[in-house]
Amino acid sequence: MTKVSMTVNGKAVSGEVEGRTLLSSFLREGLGLTGTHVGCDTSQCGACVVHVDGKPVKSCTVFAADVAGANVKTIEGMANPDGSLSVIQQAFQDHHGLQCGFCTPGMVMSSAALLAENPKPTEAEVRHYLDGNICRCTGYHNIVKAVMAASGQDVSALAAE
Amino acid sequence: MPKDTGIGASMKRREDVRFLTGRGVYTDDLALHGQTYAVFVRSTVAHGRIKSIDTSKAAAMPGVLAVFTGEDFKDVGGNPAGWLINSRDGTPMREPKRPVLAHGKVRHVGDAYAAVVAETYAQAKDAAEQLAADSVIEELPAIIDMKAAVADPSNRVHDEIPDNLCFDWGWIEDNRAAVDAAMKAAPHVVTLELVNNRLVPNAMEPRASIGEYNPGTGDYKLTTTSQNPHLTRLLVAAFVLGIPENKLTVVAPDVGGGFGSKIYHYGEEALVLAAAKKLARPVRWTAERSESFLTDAHGRDHVTKIELGCTKDGQILAIRTETLANVGAYLSNFSTATPTFLHGTLMAGPYKVPHVYVNVKTVFTNTAPVDAYRGAGRPEATFSLERVIDKMCRELNLDPFEVRRKNLLTPDQFPYTTPVGLVYDTGNYHATLDKAMQIADVAGFEKRAAESKKRGKLRGMGLSTWIEACGIAPSHLVGVLGSRVGLYDAATVRVNATGNISVMTGAHSHGQGHETVFAQIVAEKLGIPESSVEIVHGDTSKIPFGMGSYGSRSLAVCGTAMAKAVDKIIAKGKKIAAHMLEASEGDITFENGKFQVAGTDKAKTFGEIAFSAYVPHNYPLETLEPGLEETAFYDPANFTYPAGAYICEVEVDPDTGKVDVVAFHCADDFGNVMNPMVVEGQVHGGVGQGIGQALCEFTAYDENGQLLTGSYMDYPMPRAEDVPFYNVDYSCQTPCTHNPLGVKGCGEAGAIGSPPAVVNAVIDALHRGGHTHVTHIDMPVSPSRVWSAING
Repeated sequence: MTKVSMTVNGKAVSGEVEGRTLLSSFLREGLGLTGTHVGCDTSQCGACVVHVDGKPVKSCTVFAADVAGANVKTIEGMANPDGSLSVIQQAFQDHHGLQCGFCTPGMVMSSAALLAENPKPTEAEVRHYLDGNICRCTGYHNIVKAVMAASGQDVSALAAE
Repeated sequence: MPKDTGIGASMKRREDVRFLTGRGVYTDDLALHGQTYAVFVRSTVAHGRIKSIDTSKAAAMPGVLAVFTGEDFKDVGGNPAGWLINSRDGTPMREPKRPVLAHGKVRHVGDAYAAVVAETYAQAKDAAEQLAADSVIEELPAIIDMKAAVADPSNRVHDEIPDNLCFDWGWIEDNRAAVDAAMKAAPHVVTLELVNNRLVPNAMEPRASIGEYNPGTGDYKLTTTSQNPHLTRLLVAAFVLGIPENKLTVVAPDVGGGFGSKIYHYGEEALVLAAAKKLARPVRWTAERSESFLTDAHGRDHVTKIELGCTKDGQILAIRTETLANVGAYLSNFSTATPTFLHGTLMAGPYKVPHVYVNVKTVFTNTAPVDAYRGAGRPEATFSLERVIDKMCRELNLDPFEVRRKNLLTPDQFPYTTPVGLVYDTGNYHATLDKAMQIADVAGFEKRAAESKKRGKLRGMGLSTWIEACGIAPSHLVGVLGSRVGLYDAATVRVNATGNISVMTGAHSHGQGHETVFAQIVAEKLGIPESSVEIVHGDTSKIPFGMGSYGSRSLAVCGTAMAKAVDKIIAKGKKIAAHMLEASEGDITFENGKFQVAGTDKAKTFGEIAFSAYVPHNYPLETLEPGLEETAFYDPANFTYPAGAYICEVEVDPDTGKVDVVAFHCADDFGNVMNPMVVEGQVHGGVGQGIGQALCEFTAYDENGQLLTGSYMDYPMPRAEDVPFYNVDYSCQTPCTHNPLGVKGCGEAGAIGSPPAVVNAVIDALHRGGHTHVTHIDMPVSPSRVWSAING
């Protein structure tokens, strides 16, 4: 067991981990931050995406010990300081970009990372960027719409309001 | 003017806030004091005889608390099939026992034959690996291919079932001779052999279960990923473990999608309960994704020959089908109903067809159990029918739109009794066809095709006019058909003393938005704000009863129960108001949240009546009980019959065979729509899954029964780039005639109607490109299959 320290959602945290402890396990079991979900064994589904030093990372594929000292942000840290939904979260609600909610944390974290890199993505860019996030409920329509809306684009003309 | 609140408003979902902030609570998110971890030992061979299991080393490993094998459960009950289907000769289906843990034989890769419980997950996993190494399983030849399974009686999935057949079902057997005669007399007969590809449901949340037991009270609790906690309680308590129902609470908290796969009771649920009792500690298990692939009930997997007899101008005269349906190694709970009464009864489609006969043989194989997956039987029927009609159009050089128009039932023909046992109550199929053609700009297709051609692409357009029977189901009818349960639902409306409301529903929401939509309905009926209404679901200790959410039934069945319970609240409120207002009950009206003496300004608000019911100082106690809480059970009089027309446009790259769905248009009739935003979302999701089935999803077992598509590296889930924006219209509305909300189910529509539209579009594109030798391509219409068809 080794002691690992990092900043999670703006707070300094530390815990004892085994070398094999994944970041997703450390967040969920060590810190009780269960908003980060694990949906597969192969780094494919993207439900576990968090930000490490601002970059989107699949937390099921990173050892907790490897991100010692890093600044980690999870879905629990995405709301505005006053607790209201952030722009991207609000867009997901406004445009019904989630149903069962299980893939949603990863979708929100990936989408936020996309908008940080590319503030006005095209539909094709959104779809391409979200290739590593699987959703079984929405058929992606409203997710793509929500991300484009969150970027300030007018989505009212998109098919099927 | 769109409404902001109440019925018909696209209200934003209240449940979203917790999901968007990471505050949802799914089963695996729970941490319990003293919890332990179960890991299952699963067969690595598809078919084998268990010779010995030496548990001694595993049991002695660090942290191991208990080891279980099939021996520990051989005297408890099996996990039963919910429907008894009889073969054509009247004999009942073969029903092998489905044990908690395999005993004697293992029957598919992933079949659990032992389990280890330890202090930590890693310890349990290590011990399970040791146990696997200490198990001797004699591998037997695997039975994978359905045709071979039936043909070779020497090799048996279940030793007592000689031909691997569960049943040989005819629907309707008495009509067979007439259908044969009509087919023989038909001027033209179209024949199509096709495969409805096996799918893995892939809810994004893997199955998970936590068992708890209190030795002080003898109470059990099962927290599990279920679409229907009451049914799970019934199955695990009464059928498998023999626990009194009233000593077991089943809770399904937030559930991350189901699509059918979480309807069923699975052995892992029984194991964690039994282990929790033995250890007097919580026992938890969460599937790894690879376990989900191996053990969640799969969907579809039909091999069908369909024949269609018609006139030369495309009037359908007769339909006859023969299907082999895979049930896998064991009968999952709905597995015998899915290929029969959810499939054969839809084979007339939305058409006036005088003669229909369906034959289904269900086959045991050494593969995971197969059961209802979004649509369940109805996508299989729709695919067969819409593909053979498309083939008819090509053989006879007829316009697919005109052929549909000629054969669709007309609005004056309802109620319409089909030759396969259903009574369609209402519909307007020509209206949805016209609407689809309008929103798809069918007239502009040639121009778009020409533009595609300039880019070297073949553009095609495919049509599907679909119908389904959902909102299952009238209990008297399903009882006749073999169901062993009733399919009503229930709701309790509890008005609290301060006037706000808790509604306990038997329906379970795992993405469908009940918490919002059900509140909209109650609020509108009572004239109070939605924020005053809380929807409670997924806990057998809080809810009267319920048969859960599947088969597009939540709103039509449970929503009706809820509406009826609200009506009872209003009726009681009128009695209270009459007393308080010193008027006759018959003179009290209830509107906009106010009980009023008709024609006067004397009135009491809903809140005042509620308060009076709980503080009955001025109350008719001699004739009326205090309190304001009502329960209703509702058993539907009929199925609901949503229907619609879907038009898909694809572009095919003739050099690579790659298919892109470039446009998808849906014109659906769901009757009255409670929340348009949610309904659209349901259609989007269904169409997304349907495009997935049509274009990419495929479940491959090799000849030894190894699952080749056992992870997201191999099983192609549709991604955001694989699908377009969908164009969804639900403006054609013929309200259901037999439920008070006038609603029809919308949850499965997209998955039912879309696969044939995609494949029809691909065939159309190939024909337009001159590849007229291609009459059919089985799903998924992958690049290799399309390329091979073009170049074959």
